Amino acid sequence: MTTNQETRLTALLGQNSFIELAARERSRQLLDAGSGRELVGPFERLSSPWLAQQGVVTQADDGVVVTKGSFNGQSCVVLAIEGAFQGGSLGEVGGAKIAGALELAALDNRNGIPTMAIIVFETGGVRLQEANLGLAAIAEIHSAIVDLRRCQPVIGIVAGTVGCFGGMSIAAALCSYFIVTREARLGLNGPAVIEQEAGIAEYDSRDRSFIWSITGGEQRALSGLVDVLAEDDVQQIRSHVAQLLARGVPRMHRSEQTARFISALDAADAATQATPGMARAIYAQGAQ
Amino acid sequence: MENLSYDFAAAPAAVPLQRRVLVGVVGSGDLEVLVEPAAAQIRIQICTSVDGMASIWQALMQRVFGAAALPAMRIDINDFGATPGVVRLRLEQAMEELGLSDQQPVDKI
Repeated sequence: MTTNQETRLTALLGQNSFIELAARERSRQLLDAGSGRELVGPFERLSSPWLAQQGVVTQADDGVVVTKGSFNGQSCVVLAIEGAFQGGSLGEVGGAKIAGALELAALDNRNGIPTMAIIVFETGGVRLQEANLGLAAIAEIHSAIVDLRRCQPVIGIVAGTVGCFGGMSIAAALCSYFIVTREARLGLNGPAVIEQEAGIAEYDSRDRSFIWSITGGEQRALSGLVDVLAEDDVQQIRSHVAQLLARGVPRMHRSEQTARFISALDAADAATQATPGMARAIYAQGAQ
Repeated sequence: MENLSYDFAAAPAAVPLQRRVLVGVVGSGDLEVLVEPAAAQIRIQICTSVDGMASIWQALMQRVFGAAALPAMRIDINDFGATPGVVRLRLEQAMEELGLSDQQPVDKI
């Protein structure tokens, strides 16, 4: 083993991986030590009433962990989606937990308690078994983010390895700031859906390096669609959150700058297959 | 999906549980275990995605809870296709977090 490899191995073993943590532990480690208090926790047994009827085992917290605590002394609520349960899909209960917590955070702000939110996305989007109820919940999450971000930053994180897709990718795009790792993926449609619609010649969902080159965290950061490309390390992600929080509420959110993105996309030549570099160049015209 | 339920006698002399604990997630090949204090006995309620495994669950629960001197508790298991070994590990993790692992016959897996 060369010294270089040894150094990298030591660095790797010294990392406190965020990706490897389950949702509850991610929340606990993001907040100040010992400050976290879980709301509507698993022992409340507010699990999905719809999954069991369709023969699917439920999780006691419906795959969403709501933790109230402090971040560097400031009031903060962390909403973490458990990607291992049903692909992190959002149903009626999990969606309501996120939307309700965001609405309460906005209320706290209006009552003079500055409260920020961190959303840890690990989700394929709406839970198909709960269809319209899940979609309605996601719409409530969208409006709750837009409301809260007027008062305090709403910071989104996608660490991986599930990524963030569907209606929740829209929620991701509404966040004040966004952090990804290299393992993360962010996109409206999942790879399999695009392959089905566009054909395997254009989009091969099983080609991992191709998929990550188009929707992966690094590509999204270089395209200006997210703010930070972070290492998979709890402390580093925490310090990125602190830096973004210090910037305060953005003068103009990314989602308010759609006109420039749309005109850049309109001018793009759709006849040729876009390479990752071309995609970056197109989005660069939209991003500030 | 199948729902199973098992009851075991609690040890009268055991110190009652003071808190509750959750371990695991309902992910592929994994399970979640919720343990709470209860009044009288050890009641285990299992919801598993795999049908027809009742005899294996029965044997595993008997081995873990049959001989141990444990306090009364309510245990809920939501299983998503975990192997018996994984189930055993999750149960031991829960007992360890409750400070009960010393009373567990951990040598007989």
